[in-house]
Amino acid sequence: MGEKPKVAICWLGACGGCDEAIVDLNEGLLDVAEAVSIEFWPVAMDYKYDHLAAFGKGEIAVGLVSGHVRNSEHAEVAHLLRDRCKLVIALGACACFGGTPALANLVSREEILDAVYVKAPSVVNPDGRLPQVETAWEEGTLRLPAFFDHVYSLNQVIEVDYYLPGCPPPSELIRNGVRAVLTDDLPPKGSTLAPRKALCETCPRNKTKPMRLEIHGPIRRIHEVEADPEMCFLAEGILCMGPATRSGCGETCIRSNTPCRGCFGPVPGVSDPGSRFISSLAALLKVGTTGDPEAVMASLGDPVGYLYRFTHPVSTLGARRLSQATEETP
Amino acid sequence: MTQRITINPITRLEGHGKIEIFLDDQGEVRDAFWQVVELRGFERFCVGRPAEEMTRIAPNICGVCPSAHHMAATKALDALYGVAPTPTARLLRELEFNAFIIEDHYIHFFFLAAPDFIMGPDAAPSERNILGVIGRVGKEIGKQVIDIRKRNRDIIRLLFSKAPHPEGGLPGGVPRGIAEEDRKGLMATADDSVAFALFALDLFKKEVLGQKALKDLILSDAYALRTYSMALVDENDHVSFYDGTLKVITPEGKEFVRFHPRDYLDHIAEWVEPWTTIKFCYLKQLGWKGLVEGDGTSLYRVAPLARLNVASGMATPLAQKEFEIFFETLGARPAPQTLAMHWARLICALQAAERNQSIVRDPLLTSRDIRNMNLKLMRTGVGCVEAPRGTLFHHYETDERGILTRVNLIVATQNNAGPICLSIKKAARAFVRGPEVKEGFLNRVEMAFRAYDPCLACATHALPGGIPFVVNLRDPSGEVIRTLRRD
Repeated sequence: MGEKPKVAICWLGACGGCDEAIVDLNEGLLDVAEAVSIEFWPVAMDYKYDHLAAFGKGEIAVGLVSGHVRNSEHAEVAHLLRDRCKLVIALGACACFGGTPALANLVSREEILDAVYVKAPSVVNPDGRLPQVETAWEEGTLRLPAFFDHVYSLNQVIEVDYYLPGCPPPSELIRNGVRAVLTDDLPPKGSTLAPRKALCETCPRNKTKPMRLEIHGPIRRIHEVEADPEMCFLAEGILCMGPATRSGCGETCIRSNTPCRGCFGPVPGVSDPGSRFISSLAALLKVGTTGDPEAVMASLGDPVGYLYRFTHPVSTLGARRLSQATEETP
Repeated sequence: MTQRITINPITRLEGHGKIEIFLDDQGEVRDAFWQVVELRGFERFCVGRPAEEMTRIAPNICGVCPSAHHMAATKALDALYGVAPTPTARLLRELEFNAFIIEDHYIHFFFLAAPDFIMGPDAAPSERNILGVIGRVGKEIGKQVIDIRKRNRDIIRLLFSKAPHPEGGLPGGVPRGIAEEDRKGLMATADDSVAFALFALDLFKKEVLGQKALKDLILSDAYALRTYSMALVDENDHVSFYDGTLKVITPEGKEFVRFHPRDYLDHIAEWVEPWTTIKFCYLKQLGWKGLVEGDGTSLYRVAPLARLNVASGMATPLAQKEFEIFFETLGARPAPQTLAMHWARLICALQAAERNQSIVRDPLLTSRDIRNMNLKLMRTGVGCVEAPRGTLFHHYETDERGILTRVNLIVATQNNAGPICLSIKKAARAFVRGPEVKEGFLNRVEMAFRAYDPCLACATHALPGGIPFVVNLRDPSGEVIRTLRRD
């Protein structure tokens, strides 16, 4: 029997939910641990960065990398993983598209630092101190990573071989992805290891989706409505990203009577889920009964926050911001 | 010549951090720093979002304790919309929150902490993990741990979509109810969770307290810290997770203050230091006194040990018995022993399981009355829960449309940030001596923060960045002689 394939699991700018999804393999995790040798997993194992760095180029069979890139340390670790891993899989919405925390791209780094460290109502900071990349101390200099001005998806920093979207990806998809790597049964490089359908096609409420969807009045916000647990959200006038979102999540939010927010990213062939959705929404608005389609759009309140909840860096909005970005080289 | 030891990344915790230790010419520890390097900026980028979306965005702060953020957000929405959940909605929320306390405390105890105790602080790093623990205690016990975690996470999934990212909490209610046919399975899970909690406590008493070297480590001064303590208590002054009043006690155990969570700004303040991204909480009334313990400190601790120190007892009978054994064994109340936090955690998991045994038998649980629609926008709302890692606050302000104009978050690990720095410094002084430092002694330094179960992803909700755990050995000029990254 040959040596077990080596695996690295690593988080960058992440919440740890993707790591929890790996632990959610439950007993399957024991099978994975028997089939592979996990050589890096900071949340669960004591290997440090120098253990990872000591491997040769491509010596680790696969790296499962969650989180986006927001600082110099994320970038360094991402490049190290790219070099040491034969395959890199972007695990979860943050690595694939930037994720929810990439909404931070809507404001500047300075505004964030100011809000957090100076203006927060609980902060007492009369001198306006902020965390510094270098702080001179009696015994020596203390260093922090440099914060970038922009949140990057993983593929904006290193080459990514495969994508496992979701917030987090369901454990089943992770298991299938790892199995595909181990059995060398992989689709073309760059593929997303998830179904090619739109969420609406697999939605348990699909049968209540009218042949021709029409929204008659303002978009209804979820807390203002007692949503029918069987009815298509859009048919009730509640915003649901199902039509523009890739399936594969198991429709768990829908089953909890909660509309889709798009964590699986766009349907195949669509690069910008927001504009795709907005064009389909425009077609739904029944002009005449609503009076003013613009008022309906205004009732959305926060179009960017809904339509690009998980995907800002890889959207047309993100591309525009990136084109104006500074001298950062993540 | 000063030596500098860097531990990077620190491991078996949530998020990114590192440790810097400076040694003097004699190899003694001069100073040690616990640095958090991450920052994400939720306070700022959530501004402009509709408030009701916070129950869907806030779980992204942390994927390990997302249920805590989801529930704090849901309760902040209750306050924002001036509404109380229906009795059934409240039961369902509590059921979910207790299930979360249980599964989260076990992932910490068995996956993150147990390797130090079951494998021992000096075990090879390659074995000091959950797989090593399962190898030692046997696959059967390993499967029980996995099973009880899974079934409690199934409750989260049932009510709020996904355990690593629950969704859908609403002001005044919950998005879905449960059916009578769900009850039988929930009863089995609650009963088995109580049995498992007792088993885990027996395991702790046998495998940890029963080993003299480990018991001595828990009781040693290297891991003791004297600060104020804060936790939520119920109307009987007992430990409470979902709701309650905040109570603070002095390092000697006297009541210092009791307040409603909505008044948190009168009692808690945050301090900024340039060498870390985490903000340090302290008692506002006392003012910032720096990173000091004992007399003259204004730091307080939260989380399981603080809960037991603050409350006059547990809210359930079996947990109360364990509470009494706990203080009898530790010999002091408040107990200053940081490593006893692991034990306190298991007692808290028992209370959560016992409480769920009652909830799943409540006839109201399956009522369809799950929403209170009597919403009235108050423009400001504070939500507070006792998260597994300690007290968590979400504070929202909105415009007249319910669009967020201000978001302030104080998360569990921030409350503990100062004490964690001090605990690391004390452990480093006790165990690290240059020039050659064995890996097991550096692990003893890491054990000081691990007891707190810190979540640096939470703590740095502020903006994305990252600092893992490294120990740098520096000479007196500050030059790094060695960077220790154990492998």
